[in-house]
Amino acid sequence: MAKRVGMEVAIAVAEAVGMCNVDVAAVYPITPQSHIAEHLSDIVADGRTDTEYVTVESEHSAISVVIGASGTGARTYTATSSQGLMLMHEILPIVSAMRLPICMAVANRAVSGPLNILNDHSDIMPQRDAGWIVMFTENGQEAIDLSIQSFKIAEDPEVMLPVAVNIDGFQLTHMVEPVEFPDQKAVSRFIPARKPYAMLHPDTPVTMGAFAMSDIYHEMMMVKDEVLKNSKKTILKVWDEWAKTFGRRYKPVETYRADDAEVLLVTMGSMGETAEVAIDELRKKKVSVGLVKIRLWRPFPFDEFRHVVRKAKLLIVTDRAVSFGGPGGPVHAEIKAALYHDKHRPAVHDYIIGLGGRDVRVSDFVTMVERAIKDRRKSAVKDYEFYGVRE
Amino acid sequence: MVEIRWHGRGGQGAVTSVEMLALAAIEEGKYAQGFPSFGPERRGAPVAAFTRINDKQIKVRSGIYHPDVVIVLDPGLIGLVNVTDGLKPKGTLIVNTPKSPEQLRKELNYRGNIATVDATKIAKEELNVPITNTTMLGAVVRAAAPVKLKSLEVPLKERFGKLAPRNINALKRAYNELKISKAVK
Repeated sequence: MAKRVGMEVAIAVAEAVGMCNVDVAAVYPITPQSHIAEHLSDIVADGRTDTEYVTVESEHSAISVVIGASGTGARTYTATSSQGLMLMHEILPIVSAMRLPICMAVANRAVSGPLNILNDHSDIMPQRDAGWIVMFTENGQEAIDLSIQSFKIAEDPEVMLPVAVNIDGFQLTHMVEPVEFPDQKAVSRFIPARKPYAMLHPDTPVTMGAFAMSDIYHEMMMVKDEVLKNSKKTILKVWDEWAKTFGRRYKPVETYRADDAEVLLVTMGSMGETAEVAIDELRKKKVSVGLVKIRLWRPFPFDEFRHVVRKAKLLIVTDRAVSFGGPGGPVHAEIKAALYHDKHRPAVHDYIIGLGGRDVRVSDFVTMVERAIKDRRKSAVKDYEFYGVRE
Repeated sequence: MVEIRWHGRGGQGAVTSVEMLALAAIEEGKYAQGFPSFGPERRGAPVAAFTRINDKQIKVRSGIYHPDVVIVLDPGLIGLVNVTDGLKPKGTLIVNTPKSPEQLRKELNYRGNIATVDATKIAKEELNVPITNTTMLGAVVRAAAPVKLKSLEVPLKERFGKLAPRNINALKRAYNELKISKAVK
């Protein structure tokens, strides 16, 4: 029986990873990920798992170490944040191209400059096209569950791709809250030992990550795209098995009071539950509004998203990153692309919110929804705007 | 839902208090959040930390702006930090100070509940250090009752091991020695 305990979420993530029989971990500490790095090294030092914990001098080395280890067939883990993820950027597409099932936590934090250590999604968005599976979590329990699931998804023979689990920095990583750990035996059954397709071994030499010129590179990129899209089938299968085994069900796109709603608010990450409280308040005022929460960012769940918004007249999208000089926030751009061919296209209003740790309260979500509805009546829907700018 | 704000200085253990209180509430089967004021911390600089406790799941993850309870670990912060900022009119202010609640009421012009205890003296006597974070937990339980005194013993024993009994003594003394002045109408 799973026990309910109070724990800081970053510590809980390290505990969850400690249950996954990881062979090699290389984690370079960076705020707000540091407690994952520290606590995982404690678990290893205490002999609670036989993971080889490689201390490295940078995030570039951390991801490079786990590439080498993963190539030998090891189960591997790393975690980072912000500038650390930016430093890994060069290596990230190589991981997916080499089909290495590395699992990584991203404790989301704004990128410099100016220097800021607080939460937004500007670190993960530049990695959007790296060919990784990318998921978001809303609370400590989801951070535990998705961290464990990520190994099973990544290592599935149909997938063999890296997975990034996004855990909002501070709002989640530094929060002490109640969580439940699944039973160790059940976790071990859920993720059996990795069965690699190919291994680096001196007795059976193979080449991984070879040179590819114009005669084959083009095709390889097509394969990478198809494999990532196909991974959704495995993700759904793993989430189904998780629900049957542990009782909590995960979906690529989740909803709250959305079935009959004319207006849908869209969030991704830890603000989802705060937005739910705003939806309850607006519903009391008879506003026909619901919430759509995107869990799976890559591969983007186009079908599931279209299905949940099929009856909506207005989508109010929130973005925690900016595509400077572009169409606004990356989530909103994706959603517009998803709906372009639909006959019934809702209006889409994008708010850029909560950059660099700017707090977003329940009242802010209420204001955003009420204002966007008013703008739509006046046919003045904006492509995007920065919400709550101090004047 | 009870929302609590702690004022202390970096190194005085406000974050530990917040965690102990959240763990005690979770131990009771309730829901709780404990979190620091996000950002860099410097030893000695004023810091705040927060606890939310509720019987139902807590969904809100934004900051606390209108706390029900404010706790001040360091008497030197009064006048330096606006400790009653946003505190609800009928809320509770709990301060570590040798002063009486009535004296503090005059200084701060706050009309809600005020409670004081000389936690520094208790901590020095019981723990041999002027660190009041665990001591003040006793004051909080008495003045605002977010959790039962007994529930705090579990996380304190886990965190402080051999030193737990002394910390528990200190918080029981603060519980008993707390002076309370009810809200004025």
